[in-house]
Amino acid sequence: MQLTASNLACERGGRTVFSNQNFSLNSGELLQLTGPNGSGKSSLLRLLANLGEPSHGKISLEGGAPDLTPGQQAHCIAHSDASKSALTVTENLVFWRDFLGGGDLMRALQAVNLAPLADYPAALLSAGQRRRLALARLALVPRPIWLLDEPGVGLDDSAQKLLAALMNGHLREGGLIVAATHVPLGLDPDKNLHLGAAP
Amino acid sequence: MKLLLALLRRDIILAARQGGGVGTAVGFFLTVLVLLPIGIGPDQATLQRLAPGVLWITLLLSVLLSADRIFQQDFEDGSLEVMAMAPASLELVALTKAVAHWLSTSLPLSIAAPFLGILLNLRTEIIWPLTLAMVLGSFALSLLAGIGASLTLNLRRGGLLISILVLPLYVPILVFGMSATAGNPELIMPSLLILAAITLTSLVLAPIAAAAALRAYLR
Repeated sequence: MQLTASNLACERGGRTVFSNQNFSLNSGELLQLTGPNGSGKSSLLRLLANLGEPSHGKISLEGGAPDLTPGQQAHCIAHSDASKSALTVTENLVFWRDFLGGGDLMRALQAVNLAPLADYPAALLSAGQRRRLALARLALVPRPIWLLDEPGVGLDDSAQKLLAALMNGHLREGGLIVAATHVPLGLDPDKNLHLGAAP
Repeated sequence: MKLLLALLRRDIILAARQGGGVGTAVGFFLTVLVLLPIGIGPDQATLQRLAPGVLWITLLLSVLLSADRIFQQDFEDGSLEVMAMAPASLELVALTKAVAHWLSTSLPLSIAAPFLGILLNLRTEIIWPLTLAMVLGSFALSLLAGIGASLTLNLRRGGLLISILVLPLYVPILVFGMSATAGNPELIMPSLLILAAITLTSLVLAPIAAAAALRAYLR
């Protein structure tokens, strides 16, 4: 499986955020996105998730399911955690499992160490725990491409290690990860893409 | 199909637990129906003449009051973005969320309304036509509310704007809903059929319009 971006440009609100970006990523590789605030890291991830149209250039995926878009084969963990305060941890995950197409609930709870809090309402979770609940989607529903936007924000040391282990396991199974980050992720990126300063 | 049922179940559970939108709508409905006879006075003939219209208008406004719940929270907490990446089209997501709004808010109100109409001295022979017309019409109300809710997605307190956008679309429902319940037995069946036609048209077109607005916001 190969994810390729060629000559990619993004425009938001009439301003060119970045232009002429090229990369290609193979199975089992981690691409680390770096760059100052406003340089378009999140925008690039949104383009890869098919949540926006590039103003120029093309994103293509070889070797994936032909009837699905790259976005439908990807997880995108952005800044918002997409969980409902009125539901319990398990109910949140059960919904995403059924909605996104099936997976292993216990494995997901254990992967982010939320099993002891499974029956808690999500409203009672701390910021770091909510982040872990969002990250649990990665382990819950198998999808080849992971798009992570600052995945380590708010996580303590042990949770950072869990995240690194989760990402490592995904890469070993042949997955692709694109991660935007300001801090080291705890594993060596195969490729780096540095987006320049915001104009 | 399974994923849409999961969404339907979640939205109904959320509506029941959070209460906010639905509770407000039910409370508003009851308040108007209790206050109106006191405000108009005890003249039973007047109340009887006004009853169907009052019930319809109160139903419209209650549905609008809870409309911004349909998409706003899912937009704010990022759920909508994840849903856009699921193997289901956004049109079906919009349809399912409107159905959930109908089942959790509009349908219970429209079933209860004719019986609460007894407070307004509603004529007993129009309770059944009114119930049927309201059940049919309320589905269209929820579907059309979905258009308004998707268009005002990132506006705080978009409720007023939803009303302005959607109320013109509600006029035909009000007109034929009233003609089914105005007391002329010959008009009941044709009016119900036209209401059903409006509902079916909304069923097809409203999700398309709502999904187009959602896409524009997610971009």
